[in-house]
Order: sequence, then structure tokens, then C-alpha cells
Amino acid sequence: MSVMLQPFKYTNYGIYPKFNWNISIIRNISIFLDYILMTMSFERIREKLNILADAAKYDVSCSSSGSQRTNKNKGLGNSTGMGICHSYAEDGRCISLLKILLTNHCIFDCAYCVTRKSNDVQRAAFKIQEVVDLTINFYRRNYIEGLFLSSGIFKSPDYTMERLVRVAKKLRLEENFNGYIHLKSIPGASDELMYEAGLYADRLSVNIEIPTISGLRLLAPDKQHEDFTKPMLAVKNGIDRYRSEKKIIRSTPTYAPAGQSTQMIVGATGETDKDIMYSATHYYKTYKMKRVYYSGYVPVAEDSRLPSIGSKVPMLRENRLYQTDWLLRFYGFNVTELLNDQHPNLDVDVDPKLGWALRNLQHFPVDINTADKRTLARVPGIGMLSVNKIIQARRFRPLHWEHLKKIGIAMNRAKYFIVCNANHWYHKDMDALTLKGLILKTSQGKFRKNYSTQLQLFNE
Amino acid sequence: MAIRNDMTMETATTLIYDGSFNGFLTTVFKAFEERLHIADIQKNSIGQNGLFSKTETVFTQMDKAKRVWNGIRNKSNSAIKRIYFAYLSGHKGIEVLLYRYIQGLFQKDGGISGDFSNDLYLKISQLAKSVGREKHRMEAFVRFQYTQDGIYFANIEPDFDVLPLISKHFKSRYADQEWIIYDIKRSYGLYYNLKSVEIISLDLKEIHANSILKSSVFSETEYHYQQLWNDYFRSTNIKSRINKKLHVQHVPKRYWKYLSEKKEAV
Repeated sequence: MSVMLQPFKYTNYGIYPKFNWNISIIRNISIFLDYILMTMSFERIREKLNILADAAKYDVSCSSSGSQRTNKNKGLGNSTGMGICHSYAEDGRCISLLKILLTNHCIFDCAYCVTRKSNDVQRAAFKIQEVVDLTINFYRRNYIEGLFLSSGIFKSPDYTMERLVRVAKKLRLEENFNGYIHLKSIPGASDELMYEAGLYADRLSVNIEIPTISGLRLLAPDKQHEDFTKPMLAVKNGIDRYRSEKKIIRSTPTYAPAGQSTQMIVGATGETDKDIMYSATHYYKTYKMKRVYYSGYVPVAEDSRLPSIGSKVPMLRENRLYQTDWLLRFYGFNVTELLNDQHPNLDVDVDPKLGWALRNLQHFPVDINTADKRTLARVPGIGMLSVNKIIQARRFRPLHWEHLKKIGIAMNRAKYFIVCNANHWYHKDMDALTLKGLILKTSQGKFRKNYSTQLQLFNE
Repeated sequence: MAIRNDMTMETATTLIYDGSFNGFLTTVFKAFEERLHIADIQKNSIGQNGLFSKTETVFTQMDKAKRVWNGIRNKSNSAIKRIYFAYLSGHKGIEVLLYRYIQGLFQKDGGISGDFSNDLYLKISQLAKSVGREKHRMEAFVRFQYTQDGIYFANIEPDFDVLPLISKHFKSRYADQEWIIYDIKRSYGLYYNLKSVEIISLDLKEIHANSILKSSVFSETEYHYQQLWNDYFRSTNIKSRINKKLHVQHVPKRYWKYLSEKKEAV
């Protein structure tokens, strides 16, 4: 009766509804009992899943890309490096991985966290086999790309980390699973465990959560800044070690092929955009992060140190931070150009690239037909895809407005900053304020209703 | 489009082919080899004669099709992909567009690849892109349901004929399970028998969309997992961030009836 031991092992299921009255009655009774057990365990799993998925959802990373793991020996799963969003929740966020906690029991009491010790919520814990079975069965039905496993910290960081690693190990070695696995690095876990984790996981991440050290002291007094950075360093060293050994020994086992990431909560401690982006830049550089995520704080507790329950999630701000992050990683901007002591916060009403351009009108207009890639990428309303198309297309003929429109650049912003092969140019010697007013008047923004134009007059 | 304007005095030819991609490549071979002035290339099922052109039927020849395929591929890998994807869009008149595009590729001055200021190139790129997008959507939105016979079964109704494009993805991903993906709109499907992928056609009495009612075709555990997936879909949503517009933009309503997590919404 392996069913009793592993009530969710898939392979035992097919037999249940097929009653065979020719075999002895005892066997039928045992099948019936199994069926009852299965239904009971199904209800228990259901309850756990609801609790532990709900608690895991504040982790925003859903990336399933960047890993190469080809299917071996007719196993299950194949990661080609391209991520897939299998669905989207009603909040519009991608669902790519089964994102759950192993348990929401926790010995820490971080004010911003829904699973903190002092919070009165229902607690639950998955068994290792239960997580493995859920992952495999969701994956087989093409619901997910893989597993994102995090956990509250029970007993000790090492004890918790070791359980997370065991889930990943079991999936890889026993189930021959080649899907994506993202494991959380538990703050305070030992270097040896972090190394083992990287052998089975595609990505490892530890969330810094609070961008400033003073904020951390205020909201998570039991945690030290070093608890977060130590596992980051261990992962970075693991990746470096893999890269250098790989050059000599080809069969070196892969280590966290999709790299590591981290997350910061935005709007919980009154930090400026400059604080956030400067520390993001620090993590990108020091620990070679693949991604830093920004998560608008969703009030989960009534606490005098935090925004009260019912305060709006700062989604516009979060959006502006991501735009800035992209400008830094793909558009060749330096963080000091976008945020500095004169501009510690990003503009609310215009995107950060447009904001930068309005402060630096001396760089414009840019000639579409001669400018280099770096310069083109700095024009508001022209994204990296359009930059590449422009560069390819202008080899054939000088481009004019009609071409640019068809290539798909955002003309309502771009046209004031460029010249091309045409008689008429929109670029006039306007001052920044007039130009900004003109652009805002002729364009729409998805967050426009969230702020009034009146307010902006005072900000200038 | 100034290609072959000098030849307008010649009789233009309309080529008829069997509607397969290889058939289309064979017509391209013929048109190049005989230096034909092409008025139109049509599927034999359509057959619409022009008033001033003569009509000729082309029989698919694999060796010729292969030569065209290799010829284009040697020129550019991305071009052959673009051509195949755009062809599968089934866009009206796609054959002639592609023929002109292939002509452009073989021009002396290096061809039109990358010419985003050329209308023909833009059009082909856009068609290829929308087929690529549909392919990606199917890789995401296929929902297998486990049958009593031990086969993972999914119905789809894609906008374009993308089954040939997704076959490899599913084969390498689900190498250890039998599966069927069946295109209801085009009445054919793929069946993976643990060794290779076969093309099949089924006599489906009912369409296995996600109904709240259970079907005896599927196992009891199948419905358990659908329930768990539905629960997960709901629990992972953050209510204070609700954004239905974005949700529908990413998961267009026409796909909902095959997505088990949208069962109740349909």
C-alpha cells in the first residue's frame, strides 16, 4: 500500500474508479478505503496549497528564463532558455512557476512580512513529497514551467535551507525533472548548503526587502544586513567557480545557470527612489545579479512603523523604478544621470527617459539617419527594438517620418527630439516646461488618472 | 515594387498548387527556373482564374522544394524561418507576397533582409511575428487533461495553423508521457507515442473544453488537479493590485474555454 505512504503519488490513481467485481471482496474494500484516503488527502493538500500559495505571492519574481537544461534520458521537462507565462492572475501578473512556501511557520518577526511570528494567521507545512507531486503533476498538464520554493524559517536557517534543497534534489534525481527550479536562499544559511542548492536549482535568490540598513534595523530587528549578503556572496562565488572550472573540465556540474536575483519593498520605510536605485546598482555590480525586483508595499499589518492597512499600493512608483532599471541595464544610462542629489525622486508624470531628456535638452535633436546606437537609445519614445530596426533600415535609404511611424516608434514623444529626412521638423527651441506640457496634452498614460495635473504645477 | 515591370507585356501565369508548404516551394522553384511572370499563386481549393493570365498546375516535388528551402536557408537562417511562419498565417495572397520577398532576397545587392523601410518586408515580418506569437501562446495555453487510457489530451483552436511549429517543443518537454494536441478548427492533431510524433485525425463526438461537468473520459484525479490548479490561480492573485484590463490583454477571452483556471469565468 504505497498509497498510504504517499497519498499523492500520481501513478497509483488510475486504478481507483475501475472496480473489478471478479476479484475478492477484500481487495475491493481496500480500494474503497484508498479512495476515501485519497479524497481526504486531496482536501488536506487543497487547504495547504491555499495557505502556502497565498503567503508566497508577495514574491514578485516569476522569471522562468535564462536556463539551459535539456531533456535527458527521456525524462520530464526541457528548459530552452525562453520563459513561458502559462497564465496571468487577475492582477495582471504572470504565472509561470508554482510559487509556494514549504511552510509559513517562522521564528522571525519582520514587520513587513505576512508570515511574521506575531501575525495571527493559519499555519501549514508541506511534506517534501507533496511538493514534488504537485510540481510534477502541474508540469505534466502544462500549467507551469517549474517550481519557485520559498519558506518561512523554522528551527534554524540551515534546517530550513536543507529541506528546500531536498525538494530540488528529489525532483532532479528521482523524478528526472528538467523544468525550472527557483529556490530561495534562506538568510543565514551555510555556504555548503548554498553550494548544494545551486547544483539542483536554476536560480537562487535572497530578498533584501528593505533597501536601507536603517530601515532594516527598524522593521526587522532580529536580522543583520550580513545575513542577506552572505548567501548572495556564496552564490556569486559558486557561479564564478563554475565558470572557471568549466574551462578546464567540461563535465563540471552546472551551478545556478539562471543566476541570482533579489527583491526590494518599495514604499514601506520612506526611502527615496535614489536610495532604492543606488542600492540596486550596488547589488547588480557586487553580486552580478540577473535581476533586482521592486515590489510596491502591500499593507499586511497595522503597525505604527508602516503605512496603514488600506493605503494604496504604490504601483506607479514601482513602474517608474522598473523603467529606470531597464534604462540602466539595456540603454546605457548611468544611475547618477537619472537620480542624484538634485533629483532624488523620479518624475511621476513622465517616464524617466523623457524626464532625463527634458533636463538635458542640449543633447537634442538627434539625427535619426546618422546617430550612433547609444545616442538613438537615449531618445524618448524609441525602444531598443526600434533602435535596431532603424539601424538596419537606414542602410537602404534615408528614413523619413512615414518610415519611423511604420517601424513603430512612439511618435508623440520622439518627434520633438529628432530630425530625419523631411522638410518639416517638430523640434523647435522650446523650453522644457512648454515641451512637457505639449507632450502630456497629446499623449495618454495608464496611470494618468492617479495624479492630477494641478499637483504637478507645484512640483516644478 | 518595381520588380519585373519590364516584363508586363508577357503573359502572366497563375500557378496552382496543392496547398502544402512543399507545394508552394515547388511553385517557387518552377517560377524561378522558367523565369515565369507570376500573376498569382493559388491553392487548388480556391481556383480563381484571372482574365488575362494562363493557369498551370504544379505538382509537389520534394527534391525541388528542398532545393528552394536550402537555397533560402543558405542565404539567411532568419529568412527561412520568417517565410515558413508567414506562410502558416494563411493570409490571403500570402503566396505571391512570399514569392516577391524571395525574389527580393536573391537580388544582386544583398537583398531586402532587414529593410524595415520596405512595405513588403514589413508586412512579411508582421505576419511572421503574429504567427510566432500564436505559437508561443499555444506553448503556454495548452492544458492537458489526463484520460482513463493514460494519455494527456488537449484541444486547441489557434488563430493560425501552428501545430507543425509546436510539435518539437512538446516532444522534447514531455518525452516520457503520451500526449495528444488536437486542433479543432483544422481537424487534425499531434499524437506522441513515446517514440515519435504522428499526425492524427479523430472522430471527436464532443469537444473537451473545460466544462464544470465531469466527463467519464478523464480520470478522477484529473479533476482533483484541475481543482488544485484553480485554487492556486485564485490564491496567487493579489486583490489590492487587481488589474482586469491587463489580465484580459495577456489572456485574451477567445482562449478561455480551454483554460481550466478560467472554467468558472466562461
